Amino acid sequence: MVRWVLMPLQRTWLLLVGATVTVLWMREDGLAGLTIGTATLAIAYAKARLVILDFMELRHAPLLWRCLLEGWLLLVSSLIVTIYASSGAAHHSL
Amino acid sequence: MNALPLPAPLSPASPRRLPGDRDVWIFICAELFAFGLFFVAYMHYRSVSVALFNDSQLGLDRSLGALNTILLLTSSWAVVSAVRAARLGRIVAVPRYLAFGIALGLAFMVVKYFEYGAKLNAGITVTTDMFYMFYFCLTGIHLMHVVAGTIVLFVIWLNARAHLYHTGNTTGIEAGASYWHMVDLLWIFLFALLYLLR
Repeated sequence: MVRWVLMPLQRTWLLLVGATVTVLWMREDGLAGLTIGTATLAIAYAKARLVILDFMELRHAPLLWRCLLEGWLLLVSSLIVTIYASSGAAHHSL
Repeated sequence: MNALPLPAPLSPASPRRLPGDRDVWIFICAELFAFGLFFVAYMHYRSVSVALFNDSQLGLDRSLGALNTILLLTSSWAVVSAVRAARLGRIVAVPRYLAFGIALGLAFMVVKYFEYGAKLNAGITVTTDMFYMFYFCLTGIHLMHVVAGTIVLFVIWLNARAHLYHTGNTTGIEAGASYWHMVDLLWIFLFALLYLLR
């Protein structure tokens, strides 16, 4: 059973669910501010990348396709973070 | 769970190969591009009305958003496990994994039904304010993708029950799976942007 849980696919699933519970806890705990918001977006990026590499199975796909999807993720995440950070830290309240 | 065979491990030694169908991947890229624009538009409108977006967001149930995230992540796991089982020739396990994935997709729809119902009962609609306009439109468009993806999975499940997928034929199941993972991928961002980001 332990061996099964630690296999790559199950490990990816555990990481994804663990990250989801963590961001929920960060919010439920009443934490706020630019740092928490940026951490939330960073975790979303990491989760999305795991889905692309391990669930979509692009880790061992031709580099063009892997770069296309990872490039999309990086571009969209960068734009989101940039707009978020420039929208004013003073407004990032609970 | 023990009755299901172990999914095949990734094989770094095997030659690089694109799973499924190239045309489906082009379609996925187009979808991702469109949703990328939606995300950026949401962030832009949020940046000019941060207080309004933060206030309205308090009306959402974060736990239901997280529950739906876990349902889709788990469904994605089941579907990629079905693909691995097909590749290994464990054809009896393929429809079982797919049925689990479909059930979780249906559960996502049920949660969304209750979530939308609660909002509409509280008098909150797409015209309430800019935040809820984005909330209903983005999650609504995504929900249509969940429905379409579930139908695709159902067709693949029927094929899998007929033992159509095996070591020598995994293109169809891989193509459907890649679309389903895209639905999962988009929800990860929708959950972060709509339910969490403040």
